[in-house]
Amino acid sequence: MRRSGRAALSVLCSSAVLLTASACGSGDDSSASGGDENTITWWHNSNNEPGKGYYEQVAADFEDANPGVEVEVVAMAHEDMVDKLAAAFQSGDVPDVYMERGGGELGDHVEAGLVRDISEAASEEIDKLNPGTLAGWQVDDKTYALPFSVGVVGFWYNTELFEQAGITEPPATMEELATTVEQLKAAGITPLSVGAGDKWPAAHYWYYTALRACSEDVLTDAVSSLDFSDPCFVEAGEALATFIETEPFNPGFLTTPAQEGATSASGLLATGQVAMELAGHWEPGVMQGLTDNGEGLGDKTGWFPFPAIEGGEGDPEAALGGGDAWAVAQEAPDASVDLVKYLLSDEVQQGFAENDMGLPTNPAAADSVTDPALAELLEVRDTAPFVQLYFDTAFGTSVGNAMNDAVALLFAGQATPEEIVEQTQEAADREK
Amino acid sequence: MTSPVTAAPEETDPGAAVTRRAEARRVTGRSSAGKRRQRLEIAMFVAPALALMAIFVVYPVYSAARMSMYRWKGFGPLVDFVGLQNYVRVLTDDVFTDAVVHNFIIVFASILVQLPLGLALALLLNRRIRGRGLLRTIIFVPYVLAEVIAGVVWFQMLQPRTGLLETVLGSVGIPVPEQGFLGTPDLALATVFVVLTWKYLGLAVLLFLAGLQGVPDELHEAAQLDGASWWQVQRRIAIPLIAPTIRTWVFLSMIGSLQLFDMVWILTGGGPANATTTMATYLISQGTQSGNFGIAGAASVVLFLIGFVMAVAYQFLVLRRDTKADA
Repeated sequence: MRRSGRAALSVLCSSAVLLTASACGSGDDSSASGGDENTITWWHNSNNEPGKGYYEQVAADFEDANPGVEVEVVAMAHEDMVDKLAAAFQSGDVPDVYMERGGGELGDHVEAGLVRDISEAASEEIDKLNPGTLAGWQVDDKTYALPFSVGVVGFWYNTELFEQAGITEPPATMEELATTVEQLKAAGITPLSVGAGDKWPAAHYWYYTALRACSEDVLTDAVSSLDFSDPCFVEAGEALATFIETEPFNPGFLTTPAQEGATSASGLLATGQVAMELAGHWEPGVMQGLTDNGEGLGDKTGWFPFPAIEGGEGDPEAALGGGDAWAVAQEAPDASVDLVKYLLSDEVQQGFAENDMGLPTNPAAADSVTDPALAELLEVRDTAPFVQLYFDTAFGTSVGNAMNDAVALLFAGQATPEEIVEQTQEAADREK
Repeated sequence: MTSPVTAAPEETDPGAAVTRRAEARRVTGRSSAGKRRQRLEIAMFVAPALALMAIFVVYPVYSAARMSMYRWKGFGPLVDFVGLQNYVRVLTDDVFTDAVVHNFIIVFASILVQLPLGLALALLLNRRIRGRGLLRTIIFVPYVLAEVIAGVVWFQMLQPRTGLLETVLGSVGIPVPEQGFLGTPDLALATVFVVLTWKYLGLAVLLFLAGLQGVPDELHEAAQLDGASWWQVQRRIAIPLIAPTIRTWVFLSMIGSLQLFDMVWILTGGGPANATTTMATYLISQGTQSGNFGIAGAASVVLFLIGFVMAVAYQFLVLRRDTKADA
């Protein structure tokens, strides 16, 4: 019956192609949520090998273990997935299992009733995860998604260029970082690249200076109250402005993109044009994609955490990070929750780690990470007193983008540290 | 937007055949049934176009206008009605008002620079010179290139240090700004404009050339017999005769400049420090990027109104005499 209904619909579609193309198009997606109780639609962004094949295998294994359930895996490029998800939320036709970045964005989805509360159903998995990690995906003490990969941001650097400039120790304070910049410049090397054209890479500097200048309590409070009146936020901007004055960045950094092409911030680091870049755990993978031999910086890859600010109230070990979590749509069949639980199981997370697909959150998979750079990051993450979710994600896109815009203006010398706080506060007040 | 060149009806046009057949029928059937049938025919032929217009033009405009009255994040029902608050925010937002200024700078710069340049090139290429076909092709090729491809090529050429342009300018001793042409806020908009001129000059030249082809040779010959110089012939005869074409080009250029998006998005993304934002880039950054769909909706209504008012005013004040002359 169902089949013939669909066939009739398609005839109708083709007979009036132009007029109803859009309507019929969305009709095809109706299997995405509701409808069939035994088919789970799963969207992910591992569209390259080995990730793509691995997830197909995972879906097949899940189907074997749950007879009668069918998993429809849709792998797409990250940007495509983000666009399609936005459209899906708009139409209310959300895939059964999908990725959530947490924070304010998730909060909005929860408020709109699009995401399912899985606190009870997945309590076993929730207990295994680090509560600090999980916090980004909780709203009012309820868990709405299970993070499967969480990474931290730090400075990736070219060990060979550091050697050339005679630098033996990576900098541990902002002053030492300024000295490092000077040494590199003296050796004729551009110290840093930053994709300020995309804004968020520039904003990550401010997030980190805020993380070093503000105590954990102030930050946690700011995320929930959206109150930025603490003076440490202005101090963060001042520390950053002082650093920008040393002119450490690649020429044209104001319009440099983050990751696209050889002239992007990541491309400049990957091709040895600059010595350092502030970026997340994705950086080695991005650099591999930007070099002809597919190796990125290879064994010249180095990493050090964001330096401390003298007199700052923040813990120098605290890290800025973020990641992805599996969420279940409100209307999804119940088996979807089982799939998410399976995705967080020791077995699947170990395989995920072995394939270098990210930084697993299940402690049982910690030892399975093979890539040395990722293994190092994993240790940083797990020893950090707390991992602050990227501010733009934590505060939601509206406030986050206002903040990013203001920081980008600071990089261009067209905003003061006070104006960053003012503009952020202004955007935040509109949310209340 | 269809260009007037491609819209010119031709004998081979299937539409022409249909009209002819309809006319033939009209002659034979004078009854009211025939008339009704004729109306039905018209309705049938027009309906698909009207339906498309309703779906892709009228509904989106309505939807944006409705969205602009709400605070909406892009999902869930429209519930948070805020009246005209979004309009107040848009019109008091420096980024938006700067964007409007940038749009108008492009509108006027296009007319002031591309019009004389395009006209000069068209007059030149209308003469019998060696390699005329090749020259015409060279000038027209940028217009045929996909905007994104042209944008990416220019973006790479304009890169500081590694870009081709810097190498070329450096080798002839022209200083290059430290942050590159696109990375310096004071130069970015001018740089974008240069690229736009390179891209769209071909269209102006092509339209003007087409107009010049329509100027009868007899007029040239008569003027020459009267002792007019080449320049006098162009100024007194050719240019006045292609004035309707020029006015149409100005209209197209104006609308295109107001809607400017692709090239800016690829070259600068609206940066550095909002130096090259346009109304359209503001829509994207507020709408899909920041999830402030209400504000983006309000901005799009403002953009629509500015474009609409300018188009109607231009039609009324300038283009009217062209259409009158035709009628």
